[in-house]
Amino acid sequence: MSTATTHALQEATRATVRFAGDSGDGMQVTGGQFTSTSAMIGNDVATFPDFPAEIRAPAGTLPGVSGFQIQFGSIDIHTPGDAPDVLVAMNPAALKVNLPDMQPGATIVVNENAFVPANLKKAAYATNPLEDGSLAKWRVVKLPLSDLTREALKDTGLDPAEVDRCKNFLALGVMFWLYDRPLEPTIEWVNTKFKKKPQYADANNRALRAGFNFADTTELFTSHYRVRPATHLPPGEYRQLSGNEAIALGLVTAAKKAGLGAFYGSYPITPASDILHHLSGLKHYGVKTFQAEDEIAAIGGAIGAAFAGELAITGTSGPGVCLKSEAIGLAIMTELPLVVVNVQRAGPSTGMPTKTEQADLLQALFGRNGESPVAVLAPATPAECFTLSIEAARLALTHRCPVFLLSDGYIANGAEPWRLPDPAQIAPIPVQFATEAAGFKPYVRDPETLGRLWALPGTPGLEHRLGGLEKWDGSGNISYDPDNHHHMVALRAEKVARMKVADAEVVGPQEGDLLLLGWGSTYGALLTAAEQVRKEDGAAVSVCQLRSLNPFPKNLGQVLGRFKKVIVPELNLGQLCLLVRARYLVDAESFAKVKGRPFQVGEVVSKIRETLAQASGRSS
Amino acid sequence: MSSASPAKPLPKLTRKDFTSDQEVRWCPGCGDYAILAAVQKLMPELGIPREKTVFVSGIGCSSRFPYYMNTYGFHTIHGRAPSIATGLKCANPDLTVWVVTGDGDGLSIGGNHLLHAIRRNVDLKMLLFNNRIYGLTKGQYSPTSEQGKTTKSTPMGSLERPINPLRFAIASEATFVARTYDTDLKHMGAVLEAAARHKGMAFVEILQNCVIFNDGAFDAHVDKKVRDDQLVYLEHGKPLIYGAQKNHGVRMKGFGLEFVSWAPGATPPDDLLVHDVHAAASYSYLLTELESPLAVGVFRAVQAPTYDALMNQQMAAARQKKGEGRLEDLYREGASLWTVGAQAGNGSGNGH
Ligand code: SF4
Repeated sequence: MSTATTHALQEATRATVRFAGDSGDGMQVTGGQFTSTSAMIGNDVATFPDFPAEIRAPAGTLPGVSGFQIQFGSIDIHTPGDAPDVLVAMNPAALKVNLPDMQPGATIVVNENAFVPANLKKAAYATNPLEDGSLAKWRVVKLPLSDLTREALKDTGLDPAEVDRCKNFLALGVMFWLYDRPLEPTIEWVNTKFKKKPQYADANNRALRAGFNFADTTELFTSHYRVRPATHLPPGEYRQLSGNEAIALGLVTAAKKAGLGAFYGSYPITPASDILHHLSGLKHYGVKTFQAEDEIAAIGGAIGAAFAGELAITGTSGPGVCLKSEAIGLAIMTELPLVVVNVQRAGPSTGMPTKTEQADLLQALFGRNGESPVAVLAPATPAECFTLSIEAARLALTHRCPVFLLSDGYIANGAEPWRLPDPAQIAPIPVQFATEAAGFKPYVRDPETLGRLWALPGTPGLEHRLGGLEKWDGSGNISYDPDNHHHMVALRAEKVARMKVADAEVVGPQEGDLLLLGWGSTYGALLTAAEQVRKEDGAAVSVCQLRSLNPFPKNLGQVLGRFKKVIVPELNLGQLCLLVRARYLVDAESFAKVKGRPFQVGEVVSKIRETLAQASGRSS
Repeated sequence: MSSASPAKPLPKLTRKDFTSDQEVRWCPGCGDYAILAAVQKLMPELGIPREKTVFVSGIGCSSRFPYYMNTYGFHTIHGRAPSIATGLKCANPDLTVWVVTGDGDGLSIGGNHLLHAIRRNVDLKMLLFNNRIYGLTKGQYSPTSEQGKTTKSTPMGSLERPINPLRFAIASEATFVARTYDTDLKHMGAVLEAAARHKGMAFVEILQNCVIFNDGAFDAHVDKKVRDDQLVYLEHGKPLIYGAQKNHGVRMKGFGLEFVSWAPGATPPDDLLVHDVHAAASYSYLLTELESPLAVGVFRAVQAPTYDALMNQQMAAARQKKGEGRLEDLYREGASLWTVGAQAGNGSGNGH
């Protein structure tokens, strides 16, 4: 790649870029390409695709703005970054929506061709912000993106609308120059994608190069940046992985490791549908996908498959879990293995389907009639969606009960570099079916795991009947016996309680001033915030991110006791906080945010400092 | 419970082999007993081993059925049996799966699942016991109860128009549709056998008397005294003739049906409808208008690929095309890869 001779190439350890435009401007593709190129040249990356509502708003309006943020670096990157260093705004609406997130001095690249009266009106701008001085705090780079694209593609024979659709790649080319990234990976991707339409491949590649060259030969930017490869990433073969992809790969891995077919029953729902899409393409791995008529049938089909001896999974988001509740109870009662994936989104009711939230924890734990315990696991990163999917399947298959996997919209769509695992290093999941007819009783159980015998239809001599009515332990016959019911209720709870889950891990000092107790996708923000406060303030602040919310890790009580103060940051009104207060009688304090967006590092840092200041105020 | 070894040829099974050790707990005189007897009698005749037979049910009086069959069984939750049976059958297409449901379970709370299981043509034998009442919850009107019916929950009469289960099934693209009734073991046996031998969704409405909450609901048609004049027995390839003296028949009139009579012993008119189970669905639908007298027997039996077979064919086709998937390949499939290592320190990586 040629570098500019007239511009200084400066070193940077990290940078945050946000692409924002209309839903039709291809911002997700643009961000995705920037991400994969950055990952391929060895940067650590974290991404945050921020979709508007599913139904496309009129072009150019505020609700139609789609965004994609990426933080990349030569250092360990845990979050997509708080405030972008560079915002690419394709139209006035994108500028207006994203401007509140921009720190003074940051760079804003705008498509000045889009700042015409009609678009300004749609974005509710009374005057043109490019001319009225309102952007004086920022470094604004005005690019005639549409004109440049038209010029670059003038003899391609494409019609004006087709030409205009390539302007995102021109912007991408500019950003590639700004951060000294190669064009080749994107060119290759374009050539593959438009294999059958070479004229489109050519047009996009021309736009990409035109953007790069334009930035190189003009004085748009005074300097550009090099972000060197990250050195902390262990050697190996890497790819990008989103949480939803990771769940699909993890579940298939679990099925293979258990020697079972997988059955995924699902009904399309944002933001979980991509799991269904991924799995439906993996039939040659022994995965059956059933797009059911509704959420209930989706879990019903899975339970039927569990009875038949497959690894049964149902996947959805919170509203779908509401509908599945009764059937989850049936799986608890019949003691069949089942993985329930909930990719959480902002609720209640339909809520904000494309926005993230963590408010389904209590639903997972308690959202059913009767005493109906389930195990609940929550991945903290896209990559953990892989490992914890396997773990969820292992627990379900071993203990013969439903296990929840609580992901959320943020890690479902966010991606990170993922080192391909060595399948041989993943432990097998031993599963045994009952075969011995002599003395067979369906509710005879393993004394250690409490899992009952799994006898598959088709096995001679093991004919038995399951059902949602209470069962006599052992024989599995229907029973209304009061003592037996108490025994079974306790037994089903004990089954979850004795699951072997990893100890809670403290990142940072093992004891000290303050512990951030989190779960799920908030991990990156908490980790980064704690690191910052430790470094800048010298306070003993640590993070403990729970991967298992039922059962809690055995050492959690001790961990909580080693810190003077426990803060529980959650994207809900304090659900985990409620649980740990009740369970451990610890004076944990909730730090709640329910805005459909992930925590920013800055706000967690402020909360930590505020809490530490209060504590020192009290003690002095 | 006895055990059967798969190695030896199976001894011929009898009805007793399909009878579980559970005490049957329907009200004395309930029509369900007769249906259970008919099914238990049929089972050994089908030649399908016990262990390959599964009865799945929802909730309601009828849904206790699986407990009384010495096969595999699953008493699930209200209305959801078709979905659970679908998963079971797709996961193991070798099984013969029967679903037992009722007018409330199948057509009220579970209407959606029934519709889609039928539409998909999952290879299930779907027995809908229609007693036109809620029995288990002690006597409220059901979706098949007649309008104006006075029950515990409708002291001034029900406001709702009933649904005809067969019309529901036909409109849902059923490939096999039949009706029988609980007081005729022979007829029930024949219809159930035809259902069992149908490849695909076999939907059977069984008129079932709830002796406690809706006694005599079907007497006007099925009572022995009136049966001959009040039932039209459908037989493939035969004209629609009924009556104790075989002197009434059914023929087309315009877009509808009309009854025609002739002197006992005389030659029937030659324009009587000749029953054809393969005819267009609109013909099957028309027959459901035979309500008084009431048509019973197999209305419709056509062939179509089953959902479970198609699903497993796709699995096989994918394996044939791409080979049995291995985890080594899984993590790479469709992904852009790059290598981090000694050589990756120079600022440019390789996409491939
Ligand atoms: S209530 Fe009616 S349907 Fe139920 S068992 Fe009694 S008689 Fe049979």
